[in-house]
Amino acid sequence: MTKRPIHFYQVGSFAVGNRLLSDGDRTVQSDAARTNSIDSGHRACQGCGEALGARYALDAAMRATRNRVVAVNATGCLEVFSTPYPETSWHIPWLHSLFGNAPAVATGVAAALRVKGRDDVRVISQAGDGGTVDIGFGTLSGMFERNDDVLFICYDNEGYMNTGVQRSAATPPAARTATTEVVGPQPGNTFGQGKDLPRIAMAHDVAYVATATVADLHDLEAKVERAMSFRGARYLHILVPCPLGWGSASNETIHVARLAKETGLFPVFEAEYGVVTSVSKIRRLTPVQEYLMLQRRFAHLFGKNPRPDIVTHLQEMANRNIERYGLLEDEVARPRHARTEVQV
Amino acid sequence: MNKRPFAITLDVGSSRANHTGSWRVERPVYVERLPPCNDACPAGENIQGWLYEAESGDYAAAWHALVQENPFPAIMGRICFHPCETACNRVKVDEAVGINAVERFLGDYGLAHRLSLPPAGPPSGHRVLVVGAGPAGLSATYHLRRMGHEVRLVDSAAQLGGMMRYGIPAYRLPRDVLDAEIARVIAMGVDVQLNHNVEDIARERDEGGFDAVFLAVGAQLGKRVDIPAGDSAKILDAVSFLHRVAEDDAPMLGRRVVVYGGGDTALDAARTARRLGATEAVIVYRRTQEQMPAHGEELEQALGEGVTMRWLSTINQVDNDTIMIEKMRLNDEGFPESTGEFEQLGADAVVLALGQETDLSLLETDGRVRVRDGVVQVEPDLMTSVRGVFAGGDAVPANRTATVAVGHGKKAARGIDAYVRGVALESRAKHELATFEHLNTWYYSDAERTQRPELEKVRRQDNFEEVVLGLTERNALFEARRCMSCGNCFECDNCFGVCPDNAVMKLGANAKYEIDYDFCKGCGICAHECPCGAITMVPELI
Repeated sequence: MTKRPIHFYQVGSFAVGNRLLSDGDRTVQSDAARTNSIDSGHRACQGCGEALGARYALDAAMRATRNRVVAVNATGCLEVFSTPYPETSWHIPWLHSLFGNAPAVATGVAAALRVKGRDDVRVISQAGDGGTVDIGFGTLSGMFERNDDVLFICYDNEGYMNTGVQRSAATPPAARTATTEVVGPQPGNTFGQGKDLPRIAMAHDVAYVATATVADLHDLEAKVERAMSFRGARYLHILVPCPLGWGSASNETIHVARLAKETGLFPVFEAEYGVVTSVSKIRRLTPVQEYLMLQRRFAHLFGKNPRPDIVTHLQEMANRNIERYGLLEDEVARPRHARTEVQV
Repeated sequence: MNKRPFAITLDVGSSRANHTGSWRVERPVYVERLPPCNDACPAGENIQGWLYEAESGDYAAAWHALVQENPFPAIMGRICFHPCETACNRVKVDEAVGINAVERFLGDYGLAHRLSLPPAGPPSGHRVLVVGAGPAGLSATYHLRRMGHEVRLVDSAAQLGGMMRYGIPAYRLPRDVLDAEIARVIAMGVDVQLNHNVEDIARERDEGGFDAVFLAVGAQLGKRVDIPAGDSAKILDAVSFLHRVAEDDAPMLGRRVVVYGGGDTALDAARTARRLGATEAVIVYRRTQEQMPAHGEELEQALGEGVTMRWLSTINQVDNDTIMIEKMRLNDEGFPESTGEFEQLGADAVVLALGQETDLSLLETDGRVRVRDGVVQVEPDLMTSVRGVFAGGDAVPANRTATVAVGHGKKAARGIDAYVRGVALESRAKHELATFEHLNTWYYSDAERTQRPELEKVRRQDNFEEVVLGLTERNALFEARRCMSCGNCFECDNCFGVCPDNAVMKLGANAKYEIDYDFCKGCGICAHECPCGAITMVPELI
């Protein structure tokens, strides 16, 4: 008789909350008194992954810091839909400056707090992928290099979405955008380009780098909390599907994010001082086409003139991630009908 | 005038002024769907409801929820063939929830902690005669007493329980469990008359001044077939055999016992014969294993105890210590046909387990109760063709199991209640079925079923000790928590957490959630990510 300790609460570690869990084991989002850092009435599209990701991350940061957070926001969807003058959705101190300088402004806020002796107030800088990997890249690299006490969060929806879906350096290969049209022998975005910012951040040897998706709330909140336990520059990269730019159904935002991870296309891991310390294993390995077929930006790979060669190429990218980060569980032989001693 | 920063003319306002609910074309609505286990339960139990209580470790609450519909959880947890588990959606994830094992745990918990059934209702002034103290009659008695009706329960046998006592062997249902659960019903105040054979139902009713009658006489007669037999051949039917064993009056069968038939009763008879000392217990069945009506688990246990099977065989001749069997084969339509190949088997006794019939002689003098194919014909409310006379259990057309009978008892009690009060029976609208497609099973933790331990085979050979053992508390809790709560909110907070617009309001424990339609944009994430399918999207009407 094998002994297999299981702490089992029906949906314990996957759902947002659970009546059977003790308060301490529940997510911040399951708390009726959560901050709601970004409030109702914002003008994000139906099913916006970024609005969701921002609330997840900032509410968790608020709990981790006992409500001592200042957020500096780059220009982008998140800023545009949350603060059309004179309205704001923010329930936290929040600054907006320019598209490219959010890391530098955050550096300044952190410096000012240091001068004032306020080490209890923590600084978060946030941007979309355009503001991070393209336009804000120089100031972000500088912030990393100086090791300023800022957590930088990139909400990655893989393109410039509120300006009409243009390509960024985070847009995946083969994806259709307004600037990577479906024309020519290699339709959509070009293979072999773009930047892998989590790895670039790791190359700066900053204290903490992590990736997450809106599909795994427990993991995302744990990473924000972990990030807030460090001083110095930190980087969190959250995949936030965009129904508008990706052409996915508004109700499938979380499902799509989950498949990005379960296919291996978006590796979820964390690293400290340049070394990967943990990875989220794939629970139900899924072929990339299941992920791609949910999104109109990849529609040209299927249908009347399918491009299995391109799908294969994308699958190879996923396989490479799986190998690089060790995303698969070790195969453990487990008899299906084993009698188990369980620990509840 | 307020002092504002340079070039700022308006104060900051909240985005809550912007009612984004106007964007919506579909709205999420909380619904309750019928879980497949509840749908499949012949006794009409709210299985998901009592599992929900058990999940939190409140076994008393779970027990009380269970006995609302069925007063015999410890019995059911042993002898029910659990169609709920066949229907369970978790089958498509890993394995069905062990509902029957949890039910037994709760039943045993209730007995150990001396939990009481709900009290009898305030006296209604109506009197009901229940004929037959098997599962149908006892279940009807329980529900009728709760409704406040006076009940006289009569049975021709010396003890209560019907087939639960005289048909089901003790190694499947220990008598102390049976006695304890029946005693709880009788303790509600029931006029019990045992050893009482009702000969004329109309007279019995009129003399006793009963307002209604429930016929639950079961199917107590073993079917006989004509098999050429020598004078000294020992042939008996399984029903009387098991009945006599239950009365401690086991007939002498000899060393080699052949049981003829393929139902659960055949297995019970063969397993009982083994325990009484038969070294060989052979079941002869004219079809194949796949066509056998007996339940798979029982067959497995029987084989484990040394019972052997002769598939595709019929008995042609029975003599003093041998029988002649003929081999069969299946024709193109799947029916068995003769092959002309014969074989002799040694047999000291033959037990016929070829089905049972109902003794309806008590209806003969009245003659107005409609009977067809040997069973009583009933309306959906279980009323017969005679007003005020209801029938259920094995005596009416249905699957002949104890659980079906318990369900009939409840249904008949409702029908009788409506009849004596002179009102129409209100039909309960069923919710839409919570099929697997309604679920998002990603959210359920991987957890394989806990198997119930069994008594070691060597210890089953010469006694009637219970074979299948119960779960420990920890295992029962684990098993209860494998329930996916199909179709009914279990407050996992997913909808509250996944809304990008904070448009789901959490109302606190047991109060669940409410959608704030001022801000809900109708994206549908809440419905898509609801694990149990308790949210549906409804088009907005313009």
